[in-house]
Amino acid sequence: MAAARLLLRSAALKASLSDVSAGVQSSTAGGSLLRLSPSCSLRLKTQKRHATHFTFYPDPVPTNYGPTTKMNLFQSITSALDNTLASDPTAVIFGEDVAFGGVFRCTVGLRDKYGKDRVFNTPLCEQGIVGFGIGVAVAGATAIAEIQFADYIFPAFDQIVNEAAKYRYRSGNHFDCGKMTIRAPWGCVGHGSLYHSQSPEAFFAHSAGLKVVVPRGPVQAKGLLLSCIADENPCIFFEPKILYRAAVEQVPTDAYHIPLSQADIVQEGSDLTMVAWGTQVHVLREVANMAQDKLGLSCEVIDLQTILPWDKETVCKSVVKTGRLLISHEAPVTGGFAAEITTAVQEECFLNLEAPITRVSNDQLLESGNDELITDVVATLVD
Amino acid sequence: MAAVRNMQRLWGIGVGAIRRNAALKTSKILQQRAFRINGAQCQQSFDSSMEKPQFPGASAEFIDHLEFIQPNVISGIPVYRVMDRRGQIINPSEDPQLSKDTVLNFYQKMTLLNAMDRILYESQRQGRISFYMTNYGEEGTHIGSAAALDSNDLVFGQYREAGVLMYRGFPLDLFMAQCYGNADDLGKGRLMPVHYGCRDLNFVTISSPLATQLPQAAGAAYAIKRENSNRVVICYFGEGAASEGDAHAGFNFSATLECPIIFFCRNNGYAISTPTHEQYRGDGIAARGPGYGMMSIRVDGNDVFAVYNATKEARRRAVAENQPFLIEAMTYRIGHHSTSDDSSAYRSVDEVNYWDKQDHPISRLRHYMTARGWWGEDEERAWRKQSRKLVLEALERAEKRLKPNPELIFTDVYNEFTPDLAKQKESMVRHLQQYKEHYPLDMYEK
Repeated sequence: MAAARLLLRSAALKASLSDVSAGVQSSTAGGSLLRLSPSCSLRLKTQKRHATHFTFYPDPVPTNYGPTTKMNLFQSITSALDNTLASDPTAVIFGEDVAFGGVFRCTVGLRDKYGKDRVFNTPLCEQGIVGFGIGVAVAGATAIAEIQFADYIFPAFDQIVNEAAKYRYRSGNHFDCGKMTIRAPWGCVGHGSLYHSQSPEAFFAHSAGLKVVVPRGPVQAKGLLLSCIADENPCIFFEPKILYRAAVEQVPTDAYHIPLSQADIVQEGSDLTMVAWGTQVHVLREVANMAQDKLGLSCEVIDLQTILPWDKETVCKSVVKTGRLLISHEAPVTGGFAAEITTAVQEECFLNLEAPITRVSNDQLLESGNDELITDVVATLVD
Repeated sequence: MAAVRNMQRLWGIGVGAIRRNAALKTSKILQQRAFRINGAQCQQSFDSSMEKPQFPGASAEFIDHLEFIQPNVISGIPVYRVMDRRGQIINPSEDPQLSKDTVLNFYQKMTLLNAMDRILYESQRQGRISFYMTNYGEEGTHIGSAAALDSNDLVFGQYREAGVLMYRGFPLDLFMAQCYGNADDLGKGRLMPVHYGCRDLNFVTISSPLATQLPQAAGAAYAIKRENSNRVVICYFGEGAASEGDAHAGFNFSATLECPIIFFCRNNGYAISTPTHEQYRGDGIAARGPGYGMMSIRVDGNDVFAVYNATKEARRRAVAENQPFLIEAMTYRIGHHSTSDDSSAYRSVDEVNYWDKQDHPISRLRHYMTARGWWGEDEERAWRKQSRKLVLEALERAEKRLKPNPELIFTDVYNEFTPDLAKQKESMVRHLQQYKEHYPLDMYEK
C-alpha cells in the first residue's frame, strides 16, 4: 500500500498539487493506514496539512471543441465570461470587486476589454447583487452575478429562493429571470476555516426552479458555466476555489457547452458506485485507485456535476450494476445532498442494493482529501 | 574587503533607488493634491485651517469642536401639494392643466377601483374568494403616478397598487380571474388574490415577500438604461417595506449604478398594525434620499395632481440624467391591511373617519371637477351605478369559470419539463384517478 500511495502521488506530480515530501511522508506512514481508526488517520493528515491533501486528476484534452490552451480553473472561467461578453451585447457581469478582476482573478481584463458599464463593482450587499441580477434578467438582459464567497450567499437567500426560483412559476410564465447566473467560489481551500470554506449547495437544492452546478475542473467549468449562462433558468454556479489555481487542463478557447443535469462517469467500475461533485470527485478517484490496488475492488466514480435537477438515471443505472453506493461531499452530512441521493436510489434500486448506502462527510467541515477515511469505509461496504 | 565594499555600494544603490522611487511616488501624490494643499507642500507656513479632508470616503471641512449631527437638522421635509382638501388649486403655476377627459378618466379609474374593492372585499367576507386587500384612501397615489408614466415603463409593485394596473387598462375580468384563481388567471392560480401581473402592460407579477422588488427594479432600470430605450422603471413600496434590507440595497445600488428609476413610497401610516413612529425614527422615507445621494421629494399622496406632477418630473429627469428619484407620497390606509386584519384593534374610528370624510383623494378630485362644472350629482349617481354593475358582472363571470387544470401545478417550474416533474405529475394524475370521489374535479379544467 505504501508503494501504491507513493505511486499515486508521483503520478500526479505533473498535475500538480502534491508536494513530493508530503507524498513520501504519507506513504511511509501509510503502511497500516487502513487498519487505523479514522481519528488516527485524521491526525496523520494534520501532520501534512500544509501540503495539498488531494490529487487533481486532469481530464483528457478535449478534441471536439476546437483549439485548446492551457488554463487553470479561474482562467477557464474568465474565458467563458469573455466568450459571453463578446457574443451577447446585453450581458453584464457584476459583484463585489469584479471590476479590477475579482479577488480570485476570474474577471481579469474584462472591464478594459468590454467597458465599465458591462463589468462593474456593486456595493457590498449580497441581497442587492442577486436582486439586481434578477431585475437585469427580468428586463431581458443577461446577468452574471458574482457572490465573493459561497459562505456569504445567505443574505441573498430570500432573493434566490423566494424570488429567482419562483419568478417564472408565480407569474404563469409571463416573467422569468432565467438569464441570471450566480457564480460563487465554493468549498474548502485549506486555509479558509469556518467562513471561507462552506459548500451550501444543499440549501439551494431544496428550491425547484433553480439549477445548481459544481464543476470538477477547468474544462467542465467553462462548458458548464456557458451552459448555465445560456440556460433559460436561474443558475447557481459554485466554483471549487481550491482548484482555481491548482487545476490546470487544456481548455478550448472557443465557446462550448456541456449539458446540465447530466452526470459524468469519470471512471467505470463494477463493485461500488461512488458519487461526488467538485473537488471531492478527485478524492474519490484516488480512493478508487487505492481500493483497486489494495482491496482489488473495481469502483465506478460519478461526477454529478449538476446538483439540481440532478441526473438520477445515470446514478441509478450504475447502482443497478454495482449494487453499492457511496456518496461523499464536503458539506455537512445531516440534510446534505447525499441524503437526497440516498433516498432516491433506495426508492429506485432497493432490490439491487447489496449494502446500505453510505455517506461520507461530517457535520462540520470535511476538508477535502480524507481519502484514507473513505477507503476505510469502502472496505467495510464491500466486506 | 573589496567584495564587501562592492556589496555595500550595491546596497547603497539599491536603497537609493528605493528612496528615489518613494520620493517620486510622494511627489506624484502631492501633485495630485496640490490644488488643495498648497500650504502643506511648500512647507513654509503650515496653516491647518487651510486643510481639507482627503479621505476617499468623504470630503467636506475639518472642524475643531465636538459636535454630533442632530437627526432633525431640517425641521421636517415639506409636503408638496397642488390642491387643498377642497380641491382648490393653491398655486396656479403648479396646475398640471389636464384636459377634462383626462381628469374624468382619473376620477373614473379611482372610483372604479373603489367599487371593485368594495365588492371583492365583500365577496371575501362571503367566502367566495380566499383573501383581499383594499386600496381605500390610496387611489390618488396609484392614478397620479400611473398617469405620469409611459405605458412601456416597467412597473414593480408591492401589492396595493391595483389602480396602476387598472389605469394601464387591465380589464376587470382579469382582476377577477386572479382573485378567483380561475382558468383565466394569467398566473394560473398560483398566487393569493391581489398578486396581479401582466407582461403586455409591463407590470411585473407581485410577490408576497416585501421589498424584494426594490433591488430587482434597480437591476431592470440598469438593463433599460443600457438599451437606450427612453424608458424608466417605477418601483412601489410601503413605508414598512422600506425597513427591509432589500430597500437599502435597492436605494444604494440604483444611486451608485446610476439607474433611471423612480422609487415610489406609499407612506400610508401603518404596516399592518405597526404605526410609523414604531417603524422609523428619522423624518420618514424621503429623508433617506440624501443619505443615498438620491433626489427625493415628499408629496401629498391624496392630491392626485401633486403625485402626477412629481412623478412626471421625476420620470423626465430620471431618463435624461440616468439617476434614481425617491418620491414619498403621504397618504392613509383607510381600509384594514387585508381581509385577515381588523384595524379597530390598533387605531381609532375617529382617526379613520378623518381621512375617509375630510381628506380623501377621491373627494378632493371630485371637488375640483365640481368647481369646474365637469361633474355633478347626476353624473355621480349614474357612474356609481354603472361602475358597480361592471364589477358585479365581471365577478359573476369569474365565479362561473372553472379552476385551472391541476396538471398546471407542474409547469413553469423550469422552462422545460424535467423527468422528476414528469414523474410527480404522473403520480398525481394516477392518485386523482384512483381517488377521484375525494376531489372536486368537476370544478377544474381538464
